[in-house]
Amino acid sequence: MNVTISIDGINIEVTDSTTILEAALQVGIKIPTLCFMKDLHKEGICRICLVEVAGRPALMPSCVLYATEGMKIITDSPVIRRVRKTTLELILSNHVKDCLNCERSTNCELQELANRFGVDSWRFDEQIENRTIDDTSYSIVRDSGKCILCRRCISACSEMQSVNSIGIISRGSHSMVTSGLDSLADSVCVNCGQCAAVCPVNAIYEKDEIGFVEKALSDPDKFVVVQTAPAIRAALGETQGLPPGTCVTGKMVSALKIMGFKAIFDTNFTADLTILEEGTELLQRLEKAIQFKDPSVKLPMFTSCSPGWVKFLEHNYPDYTDNLSTAKSPQQMMGTIIKTYYSEKKGIPPEKIVVVSIMPCTAKKFEARRPEMTSSGFQDVDFVLTTRQLGKMLDKRGVDFINLPDSSFDDPLGRSTGAADIFASSGGVMEAALRTVYELVTGRELPAEKLHVNGLMDIHGIREVSLTFENCLERYTWLNGVTAIVGAASGLGNARKVMEKIISGEKSYHFIEFMACPGGCISGGGQPRLTDDIVRMKRFNAIKKEDEGKKLRKSHENPSVMDLYTAYLGSPCSDKAHHLLHTHYTKRGLL
Amino acid sequence: MHYINPITIAKQCTCQNQTDIEKFEKLGEILSMYKDEPGSLINSLYVAQTIFGYLPDKVIKFVASRLNEPVIKVFGVATFYSYFSRFPRGKYTIKVCLGTACYVRGGKTLLEKVKKELGISIGETTPDGLYTLEIVRCVGACALAPVVVVNNDTHRRVKSNQIPEILQSYISEVSNEN
Repeated sequence: MNVTISIDGINIEVTDSTTILEAALQVGIKIPTLCFMKDLHKEGICRICLVEVAGRPALMPSCVLYATEGMKIITDSPVIRRVRKTTLELILSNHVKDCLNCERSTNCELQELANRFGVDSWRFDEQIENRTIDDTSYSIVRDSGKCILCRRCISACSEMQSVNSIGIISRGSHSMVTSGLDSLADSVCVNCGQCAAVCPVNAIYEKDEIGFVEKALSDPDKFVVVQTAPAIRAALGETQGLPPGTCVTGKMVSALKIMGFKAIFDTNFTADLTILEEGTELLQRLEKAIQFKDPSVKLPMFTSCSPGWVKFLEHNYPDYTDNLSTAKSPQQMMGTIIKTYYSEKKGIPPEKIVVVSIMPCTAKKFEARRPEMTSSGFQDVDFVLTTRQLGKMLDKRGVDFINLPDSSFDDPLGRSTGAADIFASSGGVMEAALRTVYELVTGRELPAEKLHVNGLMDIHGIREVSLTFENCLERYTWLNGVTAIVGAASGLGNARKVMEKIISGEKSYHFIEFMACPGGCISGGGQPRLTDDIVRMKRFNAIKKEDEGKKLRKSHENPSVMDLYTAYLGSPCSDKAHHLLHTHYTKRGLL
Repeated sequence: MHYINPITIAKQCTCQNQTDIEKFEKLGEILSMYKDEPGSLINSLYVAQTIFGYLPDKVIKFVASRLNEPVIKVFGVATFYSYFSRFPRGKYTIKVCLGTACYVRGGKTLLEKVKKELGISIGETTPDGLYTLEIVRCVGACALAPVVVVNNDTHRRVKSNQIPEILQSYISEVSNEN
C-alpha cells in the first residue's frame, strides 16, 4: 500500500514497507547510521539514526521505522544533534580509544561519525570490562575492547552464513560478542571473514602477516615469490582510490615488482591446473558410477577451492567429506608447484623459497597452515595477505599505483586462460570445468554463447543447470545420452540449503560448486570494505570482461599447464599429480 | 506436540545423588521430548540446572547437540538469565534485594554485612558449599523492605544486626539434618 509522508517538509509517496531511512534517501537526505547495513543488518540498536516523529514523545530509529500515512518526520534538529552526539559519547565510553595505533584509523565508521558530530572531549569515564583479545585463530582476531555491540558480525555469521560461531553472551553492560565456550580456533568458525568484512570498527579483523612478508623481502638469503588470486585484480584498485570494478592486473604486477618480489605468479595458472585435476576426477567418478555401477563412488562431487566451505562441510556435514574433490585449492597447488617443479627448474632450493599469497580470503590463511598442506616437504604456502593488507603494504612502500604502467606475470607459472579468471565469481569454477570437460569428452566446444553457460554465474542464490552429452569420443561412449545436473551456490547459508536438499533426497546432482562467500571470491572476507550488491556486481562484471578479453578461454588450452604435465606430472590425476596436488579432509563435527 | 512442564519434571527429579553418567542419561531422556519443540531451550536449561545444580560447559554443549541448536545460542541464553548459573551453587542462595525500596531502607548495608559474615563477594559460593550470595533488583515485596531471600524464605524488614542470626539458622538446619 502506498502512503504519503513528509520528511523535513518534503512530501513523498512510498510503500508502507519502506523505512524512513530509505524514504529519506529518496528525497536526498542521508540519515547517519552506524549499526545498519543494507541487505544484512537492520535492528535499530545503535540509536544514531534517530529522527523526530510528529506526535510521538520519543525519537525513533529510522532504520526500523516504517512509513505510515500522514507521518511527519524531522531528520535534523538541535535535539537530534545533541542526542546523536551523546549516544556517540556513550558508545565511545566503552571503546578502547587508541585511534592513533588502530588498524582502522581513518577507515573507521565510529571515528568518522565522532568527527562529524563534533565529539571533542570525553564526558564519560571510560568503562572497558574484561577486554579480551582472541588471537588463537590463524585467520581472524577478535578484540572485545573495540566492540560497539552493533551485532553486524553476528548477522553475517548466523543469518548470511549459518555458521553460528559467534554470538552475544550475558546481558546489559556485560554483553559481549564471543565465540562462546571455545576460542575462535577451537570453535565452529570457518574463517570466512564475513564478520571482519562488515565490522564498522576494529573489533574483528584478519591476522596480520605483513611484518613477516617484509622481513622475508629484506632477507638476502630468501627468494620471495608471490601469487595473486583471480579476485584480487578486480578489487585491489579500490584500496588505491579507484572505483569498484576497475581491473588492475597489469598495475598490480608492476607494483609487486617494485616491492621486491623475485617472481610474480598468477594463481590463475593453478586454477587452470585445478580444472584439469578436478575435471579428470569428476570423469573418473562418473565412469565408475555410470559404467561400472560402483556403489562406493561418492556423488555429487563438491568443489574444494573455497577453504571456508571445506571447513564448513567438515563441521556440519562430516559424513560428506568424501564427496569433496580431493584436488587442492589453486592457492595450495601453486605453493606445491613452486617448491617442487619451479624450484628444480630454477635450481633454487625449496627451503630458500618463501611463497606469499595475495588472497581475497581470510580462510586461506588457515588453509595454508593445515598440517596436510606440506606435500613439497615444506609448508607449501608461507604467508597469506588479504587484498586489504596488500593495499596497506602498497601505501607503506609508497607505490604510485594509479600511474604505474602495466606489466605481465612471470613465466612459467604466470600464464592463464579466461577460465581461470572466472574462478573469482560464483558459478565460475563450474563454468570453467564444463568448458574443459565437455570438450574433452565430445571433442567439440561447449555449446554456449560466448562460452557462458546461461544462468550459471551470478552473484546471488542457488543455480542449477543440466547438460546432456551426445556423440561422445570413443573413450567416453558410456556418457552418451547422460544428462549431467550441475549446480552452484554461494554464501554458506545457501550451501546449507543445498546440502539439506541433497540429504533429504529432494535434489540430486552430479557436481556442485560451493563458495563460502556470497557471490564468490569477489566478495571474500579479505576484500576492501564494504561490499554491497552494487560493488559485488561491478567486480563480477570486471572479472567477466577479463575472461572475455583473453584469447585462450579454456583451461586445457593453457600451454604452460600442458608443459607442466609433459615435463613433470605426466597426466592429470597421475600418481605424481595425486601426491602433489591432492589432499584429504578431517571429519570435525560440531563440538 | 503436547506441552511438557519443566517444573513438574524437576519436582519428580531425585538426581542429587546420581553419578554424572546417570545425570546425562536422565537429561538426554528429557531433552528428546523437547527436541523439535519451538521455544523449548529455556525449559531444557531449567531441567538441566535442576539435575546438575548448575550449568557446566559440558552440559551446555550437551543441550546444544541434543536440541540441534548452535552452542553459542545455548550459551547466550544460559548467560542472559540470572536464574542460570555456570558455576556450582551453595545449598542456600542468599538474595539481597537492592530494588529502590529495599535500597533506600538499607539494602546496601545488609549486603555489606552478608559479605563480611561469609567472606565472599556477589556471585560467589562459600568454600563449604553452603551459601551463594546474589543481589536482586526487587522481588515485589517492597512493603516489607528491606528483604533478604534465602532459597524460598523471605526475611522481612531485616536489620543488619539480624544477619548473623539468619545465617546461623540455616547452619543449624544443616547440623540437625546430619
